[in-house]
Amino acid sequence: MSNVRDAALVLADGSVFEGEWFGADPAGGYASGEVVFNTALSGYQEIITDPSYAGQIVTFTYPHIGNYGVTPADDESRSAFCRGVIVRELARRRSNWRSESDLGEYLAQLGVPAIGGIDTRRLTRLIRDTGAIPGAFGPLDLADEAMLKQAAADEPGTAGVDLVAQVTTPERYRYGSGPLRVAAYDFGIKTSILEQLADFATVEVFPATAPADELRSIDPHGIFLSNGPGDPEVVGYAATEIRSLLDDGSTPVFGICLGHQVLALAAGASTVKLPFGHHGGNHPVRDIDSGRIDITSQNHNFAVDPGSLGGIAEMTHVNLNDDVCEGMRLLDANAWSVQHHPEAGPGPHDARHLFQQFKERMQG
Amino acid sequence: MPRRDDIESILLLGSGPIVIGQACEFDYSGTQACKVLAEEGYRVILMNSNPATIMTDPEFADATYVEPLDLEHARKIIEQEQPDAVLPTLGGQTGLNLAMELFEAGIIGVPGTPEMIGANAEAIGTAEDRERFKDAMVGIGLDVPSSATAHTLDEAHQVIDRIGLPVVIRPAYILGGKGTGIASTVEEFERMAHLGLEASPISEILIEESIKGWKEYELEVMRDRADNCVIICSIENLDPMGVHTGDSITVAPAQTLSDVEYQKMRDAAFACIRRVGVETGGSNVQFAINPENGDMVVIEMNPRVSRSSALASKATGFPIAKMAAKLAVGYTLDEIPNDITKKTPASFEPVIDYVVTKVPRWAFEKFPGQGDVLGTSMQSVGEAMAIGRTFPESLQKAMRSLEQGRHGLNCDRGEVQLEALSDDELLAKAGIGTPDRPFQLEACLRRGMSVDDVAAATKVDPWFLDQMSRIVEERSHLAEVGFLGVTRRDLRRAKRLGFGDAQLAYLWGVDEADVRARRLADDLRPTYKTVDTCAAEFDAQTPYHYSTWEDSDEVVDTGRPRVVILGSGPNRIGQGIEFDYCCVHASFALADAGYETVMVNCNPETVSTDYDTSDRLYFEPLTHEDALNIVEAEQASGNLVGVIVSLGGQTPLKLANSLPEGTVLGTSPHSIDVAEDRDLWNRLCARLEIPQPAGGTATDLAGARQIVDRIGFPALLRPSYVLGGRAMEIVYDDAGLARRPWRNWPASGRSGAKAACRPSVPCSSTGSSRRRSRSTSTRSAITPATSSSAA
Repeated sequence: MSNVRDAALVLADGSVFEGEWFGADPAGGYASGEVVFNTALSGYQEIITDPSYAGQIVTFTYPHIGNYGVTPADDESRSAFCRGVIVRELARRRSNWRSESDLGEYLAQLGVPAIGGIDTRRLTRLIRDTGAIPGAFGPLDLADEAMLKQAAADEPGTAGVDLVAQVTTPERYRYGSGPLRVAAYDFGIKTSILEQLADFATVEVFPATAPADELRSIDPHGIFLSNGPGDPEVVGYAATEIRSLLDDGSTPVFGICLGHQVLALAAGASTVKLPFGHHGGNHPVRDIDSGRIDITSQNHNFAVDPGSLGGIAEMTHVNLNDDVCEGMRLLDANAWSVQHHPEAGPGPHDARHLFQQFKERMQG
Repeated sequence: MPRRDDIESILLLGSGPIVIGQACEFDYSGTQACKVLAEEGYRVILMNSNPATIMTDPEFADATYVEPLDLEHARKIIEQEQPDAVLPTLGGQTGLNLAMELFEAGIIGVPGTPEMIGANAEAIGTAEDRERFKDAMVGIGLDVPSSATAHTLDEAHQVIDRIGLPVVIRPAYILGGKGTGIASTVEEFERMAHLGLEASPISEILIEESIKGWKEYELEVMRDRADNCVIICSIENLDPMGVHTGDSITVAPAQTLSDVEYQKMRDAAFACIRRVGVETGGSNVQFAINPENGDMVVIEMNPRVSRSSALASKATGFPIAKMAAKLAVGYTLDEIPNDITKKTPASFEPVIDYVVTKVPRWAFEKFPGQGDVLGTSMQSVGEAMAIGRTFPESLQKAMRSLEQGRHGLNCDRGEVQLEALSDDELLAKAGIGTPDRPFQLEACLRRGMSVDDVAAATKVDPWFLDQMSRIVEERSHLAEVGFLGVTRRDLRRAKRLGFGDAQLAYLWGVDEADVRARRLADDLRPTYKTVDTCAAEFDAQTPYHYSTWEDSDEVVDTGRPRVVILGSGPNRIGQGIEFDYCCVHASFALADAGYETVMVNCNPETVSTDYDTSDRLYFEPLTHEDALNIVEAEQASGNLVGVIVSLGGQTPLKLANSLPEGTVLGTSPHSIDVAEDRDLWNRLCARLEIPQPAGGTATDLAGARQIVDRIGFPALLRPSYVLGGRAMEIVYDDAGLARRPWRNWPASGRSGAKAACRPSVPCSSTGSSRRRSRSTSTRSAITPATSSSAA
């Protein structure tokens, strides 16, 4: 009760939320970014370390966060790229045999600022109604409301910003030792994806800016386009290289999330920004061919515009909540992709069969 | 896959009388199913022997048979009605067992007879026969506790020679864990094996390695005809393995599972429902996890809706029974809209942004002398559920919802009984599952024992204990600053941890009204949030609310005149489903008359807490503070016509005097007082010259002795404001009189302990006869004759 550090969150529309500070001390006295929410009940560590959250402040809608601690085994990348974390209640004490440290300490180590005690339901309803919104939060001993409001207003958001450049691997590296060779573009690749691919492949991971020739040089059985943060339009450089790879002909190309969007751009389709995106582990997706429904893990603010697919691709998967395009197959190339996250991490395993499909297509 | 057109009529098997282990949750599920099947145009034939149910109201089925749920009566009904299908999965264990009897007699489920929909005989047999179930689970690669079945004591001995003691003994085909127990010695083992063999209708017991102390979880699963599976809710038990789930404090969602573990459990639940072969509908799969290394075993599966599904439905807003009925007649999950969002389909997994805590209610006080130790056999008679944004808040709300005189997790008069115990005694007691365990845990922590020590001694997860410590620490801080020094910030933090005004009043030695006034002076009022299945991701207009202490409120004003109906709280002995029946009918009648109906109740098993029943539902404790907060919020936000307190039994009657002047509809609070207060009642009888046995009213032992000096022994003692003769006693001598706990006289009385002494005469008239009583809720008398107005 005595060591509470009062803090406030201010959104670009002027809304103020009172809370308490924890996590890392912010450079400049506050943290700012695009405020989004995630409705998953578990999996906070995977979400915080998912590079796709670069540029964003993640609000957890479930009130108790940190209950089962953290463990290196659940990291989805080498660090955390989100700008901050918003919760209702941070666990003071963790309890789980797997855990090695507390979430609060872990955030401090990773340099992620956080705020607790927030009416996250009020915040979520606001984001739902107005769309993902810039915001800033800071401890009141370092920042005041006016300063936070200005910071929120100055925050550029994620449209048009190259966030991939912040998260992609600087150097090419190898993951796993399976019999097949996969060349993967890293736009912010999650460890769960590498783990799934490593079941059957040796994955050669390339920076987002790698020219197509570098990928060709390993003579891959398949090409993988990873997930990643932000606006697909700004990774036009990758779309150009992917277009060239598609023109090669038969090598199968499989994309997930941002990889799916960049594939669509490479093929000549277009993307749109959703009002508040899909962030959660409970989204129903129908495979249009088989009728099968998978409950999927999702995290995206942009989506492929189904209206732009005419003559280019066929929509293969659809989100049953709002009819957003969740998957497509190109008409003139051996390439397909999904918007959701079949690797889970966190979330349901229902769609993991998609990795088997990739394996089978590579085997020819 | 749309609705099946190859069947036209469906026989629904109900669950019969309320027994321990099977209460009104099956009225809730059966009523939902009847409604759905009728809406779908099927001819619904209902068989249920319990007339106090909503589902047996004539309008819910095309033909209703109030007949014993046995083979002969069912056979006759099937001959008479010739249904195309039988739905056995919504009537609890009773309905399921009857279906199996009918199947074995060749009456249903075989060619040329009605089809079994939902679950067929093969699936029921696989889930219910312990050995088959175990083999099936091992076959799909899931772990189960090592075990074997026995049909005789000799066979039983051979089993423990192999797996050793302690073991759990579970009879096959039983309800609510009847005949189940943990045996640690050979003597215990022989006694329990014998009892178990007797309890099982097929003389079969499963003897299983004991995993007492592991963490216990449940998943509620749904499956449709196209093999789509979803989890509706995960539940974590606060009590470790060893206490029946029905007797455990349970919390939704699971709190201490990492996503990696949760997803593994989810995969296992799907594998389980597919292997057992439940084709459509809801099932419940129970798991245990070793807290040391995460080893997971499957405990059991119910191939039907259960009490946990009623809880999961109320906890998430996803109506499992209603969906199960739709799936049984051929729909797939994606073809059914989510009831709450209307725009998204039912093929999803609900997420919640609050914590739900269920606490059972027992009736050990009705059976003095019987131990109150909880075990693998269910003993609770009812339950209360509470919703809060955090676990401490929902736990404290649940404790005061029980209506056993407690205002939260201690910090009330009831905690005094623990003071006499030494630390060692207290900790030892907390290690044993009893109704008092949560209070003992709090007391341990308040005495300064560490979370680790308490966890080691009780096997209650440290996370839960740490959350309780937050309540303890807040209390200590509040005691330090005192009533006069408390700030708005302190008060808000206390309210967010679930403290009721009554607890704060106790802590500070002031009146509850003073705390309320202090709080209102700081403009500190509850906010009402919405249960919407999706953690606010989608817009939902569901009028299903709970209170919490946050920034923003979500109740919408519709502009219509509104009436609040206070419900009946948890089931108890002397109060089953009948008062819920009355409240639901009041709601229907008021809706017909053009009012907006607002229901308040905290019993998750009931039809009244179905968000479909009234225009608005508050899932809240029925206490002075909580009821008053709702009434004031309803007054402030719209046109409140009044509050009905006379249809929910004793629970709302006691609140009549708490409500703002002029809000109580029907019988006035004064008249209720005259009927319920022994002293006022006696004076009324005297004035009207109605003869009564000699007697008087006392509030302490001395007063009682004075009366007895006048009337002599034996004497009958009856408290004011109680139900079903609770705590009534015939005393034969002064020792008996002195033995009464005068200081802690049933706290259900409004204020002050009070009892009437009368010469002992056959007590045909108990305190409950003057309000709308149990007998009036049968079929023949549905008119709301609130007879308390006779006073």
